[in-house]
Amino acid sequence: MLKRLRESKSAQGTLLALPTTMWLFVLLIIPLILTMIVSFGKRSPDGNVIYTFTLDNYVRLAGFSHDCPDGQATCFDPLYVNILVRSLSLALNTTVLVIALAYPLAYFIARAHPKQRNMYLFMVLIPLWTNFVIRVYAWMMLLRKEGAINIILGWIMHLLHIPFTPLEMLYTPGAVLVGMVYEFLPFMILPIYTSLEKIDNSLYEAAADLGANARRTFMRVTLPLSMPGVVAGTILVFIPVMGTFIVSDILGGRQVILVGNLIQRQFLDARDPTFGSAASLILMVMTLIVTYFYTRKFGFGEEIVVA
Amino acid sequence: MNPFRRSPYVIAAAVLVYVFLYAPIVGLILYSFNASKANVTFEGFIPAYSEHVVMDGSLVKSSPCGPFHWYCELAKNNDVAEAAGNTLTIAFVATIISTIIGTMAAISLQRYNFRLKPFSQLSLYIPIVIPEIVMGIGILTLFSQVFGWLNDFLNLTGNARLSLGIVTVTVSHIAFMVPFVALVVQARLQGFDKSFEEAAMDLGANEWITFKRVTFPMILPGVLSGALLAFTLSLDDFVITFFTNGPGSTTLPIYVYGLLRRIITPQVNALSTVWILVVFLAVLTLQILQNREQKAHP
Repeated sequence: MLKRLRESKSAQGTLLALPTTMWLFVLLIIPLILTMIVSFGKRSPDGNVIYTFTLDNYVRLAGFSHDCPDGQATCFDPLYVNILVRSLSLALNTTVLVIALAYPLAYFIARAHPKQRNMYLFMVLIPLWTNFVIRVYAWMMLLRKEGAINIILGWIMHLLHIPFTPLEMLYTPGAVLVGMVYEFLPFMILPIYTSLEKIDNSLYEAAADLGANARRTFMRVTLPLSMPGVVAGTILVFIPVMGTFIVSDILGGRQVILVGNLIQRQFLDARDPTFGSAASLILMVMTLIVTYFYTRKFGFGEEIVVA
Repeated sequence: MNPFRRSPYVIAAAVLVYVFLYAPIVGLILYSFNASKANVTFEGFIPAYSEHVVMDGSLVKSSPCGPFHWYCELAKNNDVAEAAGNTLTIAFVATIISTIIGTMAAISLQRYNFRLKPFSQLSLYIPIVIPEIVMGIGILTLFSQVFGWLNDFLNLTGNARLSLGIVTVTVSHIAFMVPFVALVVQARLQGFDKSFEEAAMDLGANEWITFKRVTFPMILPGVLSGALLAFTLSLDDFVITFFTNGPGSTTLPIYVYGLLRRIITPQVNALSTVWILVVFLAVLTLQILQNREQKAHP
């Protein structure tokens, strides 16, 4: 046995990879299969799972219901469809805004003097490593009616002699959007920076020698070469935004319900794991489809692991 | 053309983004010195030191710790100490295990060929492409089904019953940390070619000596940065912990989240400030170490 192991390279390779592969199989793949099985099940009155095969949970997610107000057999209520659409559009808006904010900063850092680059990067890492929950809390304090943003706006309006009533910013969709952008901004800055930093200076010199102006150089050299970073960043931002429930929970109150909140409530308050599992699978399928088409078009590079 | 020349628009945009990144953090730190226990508006710093805490309504007039009153309260808070202990225990254990098995997997995927290889490689991308909440509820379902079944089967009662706790959190953390370690180490292994190892073998070193004297020293920086990444992922994790923790295994992010849904005193800000300070020192140390390595091996 030992002798065979010493001689067979393939057995050695399998053995080295085995702990990781087993761990991921038991804790990621089996749970996904279980989730699928549970999503076809039924909820028992005490909140447990009855294993059968029914599509009821998916039918309910699609908006068709059997308890209708006016005695019809089935009726349509787009409640859950709206939640899915809201989550998707929030994730798209967040990603676009994050790219718009991250790109200039990444460009600034990549073109800074090498001696200062580390310091500028360091300044991106501090907010990134500050805990996720703490960062949401920070925005909760800023956005409150008595918070710093209203205080500063109040001062400005006072100086301009314009009457001012504090704005209701917390517990609105806008608050959730700002919170999401803030949470995930560093995950876009780092990959874009990595791909910008790789661009050889001689390419800029060549572009200049050939008579390209700054704008043309950017459009024809910088932007195309930084696309792998943008793609990696988009994956690192879009997927977690789709599934996050803390930001909407704390900054959206009960006003902004995303698919993450829906799933969480099925497992904790509503105690219907079968419906929660169905929603969770739909969420996974949605993110996989978007990721698949997006990466098929642009491909993703090693930038994905830098954050 | 000077490659370091940047347009004033880029500089202005960069400054604005930095302000956006830091304004919330500065506000958070400022409010940790708030005299108001209600913590709704900033009522100024706590003005004076005294032997006992003197309150005026919800305002702290003076305290044994002066302006640092909320930090002293934090130090006396047993729940925080317990949560911090849990967080660090989980992070340390999970980092050690995931670094060892992740490095093994990276070497195997980069240097060997075997039938399971495509599957092993693909499974590393799962935590990147699947939202954390999907993994969280999947793992919760797994544990509750398996524990329920085992408890009935073995007739376990009382304290012997298997339930969610520090072990389930650690085991689940390893599942999402391992891929990051493996991918970072793999990237490092890709960076140099096999000829160093082949040279060592030609010179008569066996596989173990080659690994110890050639491969390992070369990948060590990758292993360390993978371990560090894994450690921070564990410290920071909320979603997976949220679904896999049980009584007595509360971590700091879960504890803070619990507070946010109840009454918020400046103690939360003091806790956040301490956390930010620790992060600041950790990142600074890391940067200094990296600079030193870059200078030694440019």
